[in-house]
Amino acid sequence: MSALPAAPSRPLTVALIGNPNTGKSTLFNALAGMRARVANFPGVTVEKKLGRMRCAGRDVRLVDLPGTYSLSPRSLDELVSVDVLLGRQRDVGAIDAVVCIVDASNLERNLYLVSQVLDLELPTVIVLNMSDLAEQRGMKIDVPALSERLGVPVIPTAAHRRRGIDAVREAIMRVAEGVEEPVSPHRPRLFPEVFDAECDQLAAKLAESNGSNPPRYLIERMLLDVGGAVEQVFERRTPDDLANWLKQSRARLREAGCRIPGVEAQVRYAWVRSALEGVLVRPTERTATGSDRIDRVLTHRVLGLVIFAAVMFVVFVSIFLFAEPVMGLVEAGPQAIGELVAGVMPPGALRSLVVDGVIGGVGSVLVFLPQIAILFLFIALLEDCGYMARAAFLMDRLMRPIGLSGKSFVPLMSSFACAIPGIMATRVIENRRDRMVTILVAPLMSCAARLPVYVLLIGLFVPKGEFLIRGMVLLAMYSLGILVAAPVAWFLKKTFFRGEMPPFVMELPSYKWPSPSLVLSRVYDRSKAFVVRAGTLIFATMIVVWAAGYFPGGHAREIALVSQLEELEDSAGPSVEQAERLDSLREELNRERGELIAGSYLGRAGHALEPFVAPLGWDWKIGVGAIASFPAREVIIGTLGTIYSLGGDVDEEDEGLKAAMQAATRPDGSPVYTVPVALSIMVFFALCAQCAATLMVIRRETNSWRWPAFTFAYMTGLAYVGALATYQVASRLPWENWLS
Amino acid sequence: MTTLDTLRQGQRARIVAIEGEDGIAFRLMEMGLTDGEEIELLGFAPFGDPIEFRVRGYSISLRGSEARRVKVALE
Repeated sequence: MSALPAAPSRPLTVALIGNPNTGKSTLFNALAGMRARVANFPGVTVEKKLGRMRCAGRDVRLVDLPGTYSLSPRSLDELVSVDVLLGRQRDVGAIDAVVCIVDASNLERNLYLVSQVLDLELPTVIVLNMSDLAEQRGMKIDVPALSERLGVPVIPTAAHRRRGIDAVREAIMRVAEGVEEPVSPHRPRLFPEVFDAECDQLAAKLAESNGSNPPRYLIERMLLDVGGAVEQVFERRTPDDLANWLKQSRARLREAGCRIPGVEAQVRYAWVRSALEGVLVRPTERTATGSDRIDRVLTHRVLGLVIFAAVMFVVFVSIFLFAEPVMGLVEAGPQAIGELVAGVMPPGALRSLVVDGVIGGVGSVLVFLPQIAILFLFIALLEDCGYMARAAFLMDRLMRPIGLSGKSFVPLMSSFACAIPGIMATRVIENRRDRMVTILVAPLMSCAARLPVYVLLIGLFVPKGEFLIRGMVLLAMYSLGILVAAPVAWFLKKTFFRGEMPPFVMELPSYKWPSPSLVLSRVYDRSKAFVVRAGTLIFATMIVVWAAGYFPGGHAREIALVSQLEELEDSAGPSVEQAERLDSLREELNRERGELIAGSYLGRAGHALEPFVAPLGWDWKIGVGAIASFPAREVIIGTLGTIYSLGGDVDEEDEGLKAAMQAATRPDGSPVYTVPVALSIMVFFALCAQCAATLMVIRRETNSWRWPAFTFAYMTGLAYVGALATYQVASRLPWENWLS
Repeated sequence: MTTLDTLRQGQRARIVAIEGEDGIAFRLMEMGLTDGEEIELLGFAPFGDPIEFRVRGYSISLRGSEARRVKVALE
């Protein structure tokens, strides 16, 4: 095939790259609008964000790459960006141009990445963002001179004010269509000659050993990144002993005075300095900026911690103040729709599927949205204003004993409200191993969904007035999650995710006012990602559990009862006789439903599991409750309500349910819900992974089914062992003496 | 000559060398901690670790164990 000149209608592919905290997301949104598509790159946990824009009559695909300080990949996750830029990522294809965004107020360090991007010899545009801030700080940048030195267009912007965006579009089209020379031909070679010679030899060796002909940039990376991702990948593909060859090559270079890996930072920063010579004029004496003064307070040994605690407190109070009422509304919505549908459909399997399965399933997805949205609102605010890095700075020492860094703190803390936004917030952790461990222990934090279960069971054996004992039991349950998470995290870091301690070399960006549009777009992105990608799976789980509870029983009597009940309700007058008849019908229906669930696949599974749950002090009914609550922990309350013939719409404060449970007896007449049994159930629910939504979000975030399966297995194992130990120990204690 | 973690708050020094050739040493260099650069200690986190520095005009946080690998000469 001969290379045809690109038809003008072919869409262009443009990659966007830059350091963290440079306003890259703001620029992406300004260029592509809100219609971004988010997915994962295949096989890794890196998010792929694709946008579209139209420039000068051509479609342009915009690929947003993760924020990075360099293109020296140490892990497969980091290799993705290099592969995309080199056109080696199949699902993206060839790159027509690259836009590299830099922070004008922090030009020196940002140009390190630029120097690597220029080595790729792609059509490049440099976006000089936050140029207004740089000016405020007394810096003067000669933009035309900088463009001349770098050999590529340099466009000053203030992306958060949408200034300079059109100029960026125009420059992209100019370089992508080849109006401008890709990279200035008079850019000098950076590396010493001896390094280039070694690269030539390595290229020759690779071509000889298996005919591969990788781009020059990858050859350089193989030599420069000792033990890096490129070396690992090529070592697997090359039959000869590549590692040994590289070691010798590096030794030769060292003898010639070219130390690997130090030489790269030396030559690149030397180039940066010469490129900025006379182009960047800084104020002669550095004066403390407002940001510096804020930082002294917010990272202060005492004040900093107090403020941090206050910020976390505000976040949690807001979730309870704002999310809970909205969740009430979200729950009421499907309920009302369910009742409407029930009004027009005849009772039967189809109505049960639509009302309990479909509408209930949609409700169980949407009910998480208020929490996710509010937590993400705070997380996005804290990130965008620069405080998130300080939170990590303040908390790092605390997280280190379990092998994690300060960056894991806020995601884990968020998980006390709900593990879902907590897990989604781990994207700030760039180290893959740290991120995975944080994701896997986040569901152990005691989330809001466990609270109703605790309240119900504590209410069974602690009298209402005893606030102190209630509080202490609750505190114990909340502490249990942390006490278990610490050794689990430590163990995971020592086994599955072993490796060199990742550096905690973290930029502490200047404080700035958060951009409302960016914050809102992040909340929208995350909420949408949850509903679209996790929601469908949660929904499917709900349908399966509905079916397990509905079939195979004969529902004729139930349907007849429902019809009678509804007929009577419609015609019911105020007469005492009718009210009595209604009550007795309801009772009969609840009893029938209790029997139906006992005979369903779910009930059978509970019976079958009885020998396994007996050592925990449970009977088959608790077993059914535990299985039925796989979609979400709080489902156990409604299930117990159905089993105890009270109907499924009871809540944790329901006196009828409490009375029924207190009255429940075993075949030998002894009560079922003793203190040890209640404690054993609570410990089980504290540690188990009974939350389909969390598991589906883990699947999404890790891009694999292996990790949700692993989470479910290890948490269920822990929960079983914990409940077993609790019951076996507690049932040997003299509770009667203490609680009387 | 001393190491970066021994500076006092507000003290400045010049980087002489970074020990080691592993990922951490390389990362430090990439972030601009190269030979001859001036670096200032801005403050310590509540538990004395990590430590905040200023280098090349921006703030960076390093753990004590990382700062210890950076040899510096006091100005």
